[in-house]
Amino acid sequence: MFGRLTLESIPYHEPIIVVTLAVIAIVGLAVVAAITKAGKWQYLWNEWFTSVDHKKLGFMYIAVAMVMLIRGFADAVMMRSQQLLSAAGESGYLPPHHYDQIFTAHGVIMIFFVAMPLVIGLMNIIVPLQIGARDVAFPYLNNLSFWLFVVGVILTNMSLGLGEFGRTGWLAYPPLSGIEASPGVGVDYWIWALQISGVGTTLTGVNFFATILRMRTPSMPMMKMPVFTWASLCANILIIISFPILTVTIALLTLDRYIGTHFFTNDLGGNVMMYVNLIWAWGHPEVYILILPIFGVFSEVTATFSRKKLFGYTSLVWATIVITILAFVVWLHHFFTMGSGANVNAFFGIATMIISIPTGVKIFNWLFTMYKGRIRFTTPMMWTVGFLITFSVGGMTGVLMAVPGADFVLHNSVFLIAHFHNVIIGGVVFGCFAAITYWFPKATGFTMNETWGKRAFICWIVGFLMAFLPLYALGFMGMTRRLSQDLNPEYFPLLAVAAAGTAVIALGVACQFIQIYVSVRDREQNRDLTGDPWGGRTFEWATSSPPPFYNFAHLPKGDVLDGFWYQKQSGEFDPTKEVEYERIHMPKNTPTGIYVSAWALVFGFAMIWYIWWLAAASFVGIIVTCIQHSYNDDVDYYVEVEEIKAIEAERRAQLEEAKKNEVKDNEKKDDLEVTYAN
Amino acid sequence: MLSGCNSALLDPKGSIGVQEKELIITALLLMLIVVIPVILMTIYFAYRYRESNTGEEYAPEWAHSTKIEVVVWTIPIIIIAILATITWRSTHELEPSKPIASDVKPITIEVVSLDWKWLFIYPEENIATVNYVAFPKDVPVQFKLTSDNIMNAFFIPRLGTQIYAMPGMVTKLNLIANHTGDYKGFASNYSGKGFSQMKFTAAAMEDRTAFLNWVQQVKASPDRIEDWEQFRALASPTVAEPVKMFSSIPPFLFTDVVTQHPGSMNCLPENLG
Amino acid sequence: MQTNVAAHDHDHHHDSAGNKLFGFWVYLMSDCVLFATLFATYAVLESGSIAGPTGKDIFELPFVFVETMLLLFSSITFGFGMIAMKRKDVAGLKRWLKVTFLLGAGFIGMEVYEFHHLIVEGYGPQESAFLSAFFTLVGTHGLHVTFGLIWLAVGYHQLSTKGLNDNMSMRFQCLSLFWHFLDIVWICVFTIVYLLGVM
Repeated sequence: MFGRLTLESIPYHEPIIVVTLAVIAIVGLAVVAAITKAGKWQYLWNEWFTSVDHKKLGFMYIAVAMVMLIRGFADAVMMRSQQLLSAAGESGYLPPHHYDQIFTAHGVIMIFFVAMPLVIGLMNIIVPLQIGARDVAFPYLNNLSFWLFVVGVILTNMSLGLGEFGRTGWLAYPPLSGIEASPGVGVDYWIWALQISGVGTTLTGVNFFATILRMRTPSMPMMKMPVFTWASLCANILIIISFPILTVTIALLTLDRYIGTHFFTNDLGGNVMMYVNLIWAWGHPEVYILILPIFGVFSEVTATFSRKKLFGYTSLVWATIVITILAFVVWLHHFFTMGSGANVNAFFGIATMIISIPTGVKIFNWLFTMYKGRIRFTTPMMWTVGFLITFSVGGMTGVLMAVPGADFVLHNSVFLIAHFHNVIIGGVVFGCFAAITYWFPKATGFTMNETWGKRAFICWIVGFLMAFLPLYALGFMGMTRRLSQDLNPEYFPLLAVAAAGTAVIALGVACQFIQIYVSVRDREQNRDLTGDPWGGRTFEWATSSPPPFYNFAHLPKGDVLDGFWYQKQSGEFDPTKEVEYERIHMPKNTPTGIYVSAWALVFGFAMIWYIWWLAAASFVGIIVTCIQHSYNDDVDYYVEVEEIKAIEAERRAQLEEAKKNEVKDNEKKDDLEVTYAN
Repeated sequence: MLSGCNSALLDPKGSIGVQEKELIITALLLMLIVVIPVILMTIYFAYRYRESNTGEEYAPEWAHSTKIEVVVWTIPIIIIAILATITWRSTHELEPSKPIASDVKPITIEVVSLDWKWLFIYPEENIATVNYVAFPKDVPVQFKLTSDNIMNAFFIPRLGTQIYAMPGMVTKLNLIANHTGDYKGFASNYSGKGFSQMKFTAAAMEDRTAFLNWVQQVKASPDRIEDWEQFRALASPTVAEPVKMFSSIPPFLFTDVVTQHPGSMNCLPENLG
Repeated sequence: MQTNVAAHDHDHHHDSAGNKLFGFWVYLMSDCVLFATLFATYAVLESGSIAGPTGKDIFELPFVFVETMLLLFSSITFGFGMIAMKRKDVAGLKRWLKVTFLLGAGFIGMEVYEFHHLIVEGYGPQESAFLSAFFTLVGTHGLHVTFGLIWLAVGYHQLSTKGLNDNMSMRFQCLSLFWHFLDIVWICVFTIVYLLGVM
């Protein structure tokens, strides 16, 4: 009846887990109670959960990602502390049974449930605005993608309280992940969390590819698109091509585990090397999916805060395209030591190095955008400068490991760990923080607190350097990754510095949560009344903050690069002017995405616990719900002119208030000048 | 930060490791040609063109320079071309399965990765050890590796290259120690519960005589692996296994381990050691 | 505000049918990668048949030929259906959909029979890597065809409830792409798995 699920599946003899679950339960109940007390369930359901609005979905992606960042970071703290204790001669508090789940979960959570949703969330909010569109090509699919992602999050967190997570590393290599070596539910949680949320990601890829190619404001040709949009286009191409590979690979492992096939078993013709090849054929494009949009972010931020046109737009676009293509021919550099032979190793090594050329070009383009600019060191710009320095080091160590001979002694060491954290934190994470701070006023209507933002940056960059530079040195000392017991005492001093660095990063995270609190508290003083708080160059800044749900009453003219900037200069952009409006065709909200995902959650859960009747029923439920949805013709509506007029009038009122404030500020400045003159 | 003497990779004790260290340093220096200027430019531009520095030229529309484009594409291309050439050559030179050029006859040692210990089989001497491998210095060692059941990796940082050990398959690794000493070896691919403690000692002995004395010691050990069942008993999962010595082993033990999984790759002749 | 693009608003938004067809194409390309991965896996594992039969031993070409003809003809009949649809001939469309469904169901029926027969003989997917790869590649294609049949049946029913409007027309165009795509994949399967397997 319940498959292999029993009361024993609840880990009530593990104190750390019990405490964690208790904390989650208390916080969760508190949130639910608060929402109930405020009577906001209907509001949340109608305005957010069933929303097909790309801005709201993007916001929710980022919110969930920030919550998962806490869990992923907690994992990191536990790993650093256990390693430190072990190097000090203690047995520590995390036996391998736990530690090994923690490093597996840390990788899975950070990549799939923090980095990916941050990037996808940003693309969601910004891309349609930048191209002058009113939503994505397939708004309902967008909602479905988000909820499928949430199913992955739920399953991963469920493994804390019911059963266990995998103990295989974040990519679950067989034979360790096969049914013989890992008979428990851990690998199955991994399988279904990734498989289900992976479907969502693939749909996002299709969605944004179609959106960027077909829904740009009519006057905007490809070579006048903002760089963030170009980068997003390339990232979505990577998603469309690489995620099906992940889907198949996980499916084959699933078949091995569930019905005894021999894709990756030791006997009867199975081939574990095939798994390694397939998983990395997905895995390498995956990291470019993460970094390309972030390169786009840095392009926007640098140009805006240098108050200067982006240097070398054309070569930046071509560099991005070249990186996209090359991303598919380098995967073997993740396993040079598998013994593929010198010709194969050398080919992939050289292909990998070649990627550093277009990447280097981008870095120079950003530097020359700063050159002869007027740089304002707002928080986003500080993250950018931090990125330029740290990412260069990370990229360098990457090219170093692209030399097979070097990789032979560095593979799987903590030098590797330092490298990829260097590029993911120094690149992706710094970029996400820059992007969030930069676009926060657009999404919410008020700016973030600068002081706490800068404090967060200082803590993060110092903490990051303290936490990861020692790992480069430890790698040279021969320390391998994923160790938890009997560590060499020689590692202690450097591990101590690394642990201290983690503490400093924790301060940085704390600063960010304080920043959010203070920003919300002070939102009235920091209202973004113009919609363009930074003096932006691209069309997302042409709307109010937040934008009206239909984005643009009139689609912008996009035939010039940085069109918004030049329309401001020439006076062509005049939002105070009253104009004629037409009805706007918009998609309706829908609960179907939630229903399909709910069935998918039950299905995943049932498959993990071998509850076959429930798996079959929920699978049928998915199909029936989809078919039901196809009968529904009530999927869109028209926004009437009256409503548009009212919303735009509100915008004009805000702009008036902004002008008044500006006059007041100038008067204050004039007064000051008068005083000085005296 | 880089305490040279303690860094196994920067103070290698065998020619393979030495070549790899030189490769690392060369590659790093080549790349620093670009990376150091980038970091300096970042700091310099950020400082010089800061908003409050109103004396500087402000060129908001300047966004193209063919000269700069040529430089930023060409210099990295040249550096990567050099690095690519070095890569091609060194990858072939350092190919793990390539025998080390020497007038001395190499010694063959077969390695089986078990849960969670290393079994070393000396086919010519007909002995075996657990978590301890000895060989004379200045003699090329040809390792042939396999795994009993889980994908693993074999690494002696002071001597150089690591290699995966996979079930049903044989990988080859050629290493040499040019200094006497006891070097730390361990598993470098996560393989389960006892992974952290899957350590062994690689003892490079003064000369052949010393090595042969050691072989005699092992041959005097009361422990033996008589048959496949005893091997399976040894292979059963244990953690932090102490050093063991076996004075005799069944013939073709290594081959038996490799071919124990029916229908695996090893049935193809080119994969049999 | 911005200059006069009001006229464009209207046109550009109402090519949502074109967008859906384009999006479906893109999804098909991702499906293409999915099948390519399965083909690659099959190619690598095909020699892993040491423990059991090889293609030569188990493939019956005449049987597979009939299967193939069923599927190919179903593509033709679907094509006739699309021609009828262009002419707004709903009765004609329905007729050809019925025939397509029968031919497609016949294909699936034969495939299920083939799988069942192999399993009963002791040549199921658990017997060797080659068989695992064979069943998965061919089976995935069969699953896709099955989904296509469900889609066809639902679409057929919706013709009665909604009639042939623009939305239905676009959906049938998507299904048409899907059906022909599966046909092309089958040709690859037939060639790479069955023909090359027997040679």
